Amino acid sequence: MFNSIKLKSALLSVVLLVLLLGVWEGIYQAPQDSKPLTEYELLMGGATQEARVPPPSEIIKLGYEELSDPFYDAGPNDKGIGIQLGYSIYRVTVGFLLAALIAIPVGFLVGMSPLMYGALNPFIQVMRPISPLAWMPLALFIIKDSEISAIFVIFICSIWPMLLNTAFGVANVRKDWVNVARTHELSHIKTALLVILPAAAPTILTGMRISIGIAWLVIVAAEMLVGGTGIGYYVWNEWNNLNLASVIFSIFMIGVVGMFLDMTLAYAARWVEYQE
Amino acid sequence: MNTHFLQVQGLKKSYPGPGKSPETVIFEDANFNIEKGEFICVIGHSGCGKSTILNILAGLDEASDGVVIMNEKEVSGPSLDRGVVFQNYSLLPWRTALQNVTFAVQARWPEWSKERILEHSHRYLDLVGLKGAHDRKPSQLSGGMRQRVSIARAFATQPQLLLMDEPFGALDALTRGVIQEELIKIWTESKQTVFMITHDVDEAILLSDRILLMSNGPKARIAESVKVSIPRPRKRTDIIHHDNYYTIRNHLVDFLVNRSKLVSEDESAKQPYPKEITFPE
Repeated sequence: MFNSIKLKSALLSVVLLVLLLGVWEGIYQAPQDSKPLTEYELLMGGATQEARVPPPSEIIKLGYEELSDPFYDAGPNDKGIGIQLGYSIYRVTVGFLLAALIAIPVGFLVGMSPLMYGALNPFIQVMRPISPLAWMPLALFIIKDSEISAIFVIFICSIWPMLLNTAFGVANVRKDWVNVARTHELSHIKTALLVILPAAAPTILTGMRISIGIAWLVIVAAEMLVGGTGIGYYVWNEWNNLNLASVIFSIFMIGVVGMFLDMTLAYAARWVEYQE
Repeated sequence: MNTHFLQVQGLKKSYPGPGKSPETVIFEDANFNIEKGEFICVIGHSGCGKSTILNILAGLDEASDGVVIMNEKEVSGPSLDRGVVFQNYSLLPWRTALQNVTFAVQARWPEWSKERILEHSHRYLDLVGLKGAHDRKPSQLSGGMRQRVSIARAFATQPQLLLMDEPFGALDALTRGVIQEELIKIWTESKQTVFMITHDVDEAILLSDRILLMSNGPKARIAESVKVSIPRPRKRTDIIHHDNYYTIRNHLVDFLVNRSKLVSEDESAKQPYPKEITFPE
């Protein structure tokens, strides 16, 4: 029963998790019962009492509470974790899809035409290394809407990996397959749809996977800046409240959602994969 | 005004040399005709430009000089009238065997109904002996089966001229023998005009009506055109007993080993190529 590698690694994962949480729990010392404060301490606001990173048990308890009612909405500063994550996922999805809508056709163009590649490459090379957050002030000034600005930042950061991968995939379609299309007198559009797109699809999907990963990294930072809603704002807000259990729980949730986003695209990639 | 199905006149392929150095001539002054229904094989050493000639006939490559005339029309660009079987099969790996054939059939007859396309494609896959493997992807097929799919795809579009670039080059001897026989069978039924490149002297004798011999490159020529005067139907086991088999075989091997080098050096001769050679039956 315990001889398959998969099962053994799963077991080892659980052991490591328990060990890690156990050590964390063990080194946690609850703040000592404070003696009556001296006048000086009172003046200093009891500053000697340190805030401590909460133990796992406290975080799990909070997590359970949050997840049992994830969608409550009690005003602008008190929304459930589900709502906050929902806002972030919504922004990432919209920005990502808009980027795909532009990156894939432009990538096709760049990949198929050496002329367009030469003409657009300098722009791409300069724009690509710009941190997406550097666009934020300009976006806020021009768009004058924090919501759309956040989406724009996602858009601008997801466009490059998709564009470059599409161009690379399209440019490297095996010449033989293109020749097959040519000897069958396929039109340019049919060649693109029937031969080049399926041939380049795995590379394009890889680009999309990289993009959504980056988009999920960037949305947290973007929401910390624009505020209002979203998981990034939530983490920052809980930090301001010095609610560290909440901060740690959110960090964990960001990881889980990011993993699911990646898995979705990995699953989609399996549909277009082929073996030569 | 001309009666040949396909005419190749003064064909030349050259690449400009680096800087001011003279151009590299792969082959030049290639002249030959093909009649309707003929099976032609081309033999020559690597680098003599066989594949380039085939690609020019297919319209995938451009000649530096000379013309190709098919059906009294000059060939320019690829066309469904000229089907190609590539050396490396060139199947689309994301499509099944059947879908690879329907791809071609649909391109050839866009007005056909789905049922008709399917029926036609199934028929040609069965013809090459692929019953039961129609729904497999190329990655699940052996090399020999892939080449059969490729042959089925080419024959299914019923091109006027079928071009085959070393179709059996990557196959083991046993598989090769089986597919050669299938090719003869389909060819006999369809009476297709075939232009095929091969390295294999025995394969050329078994399959073709005429063999074009190319001299070594650079500046290669189509030096000889040897008629295979062995009656059809031919079987690999029987033709070796025919009187002409070894005469032709020795002639071909002698050309490849000895004379193929000499032609390119023999600039002064200026004789019209190719020399027509026939051994009486």
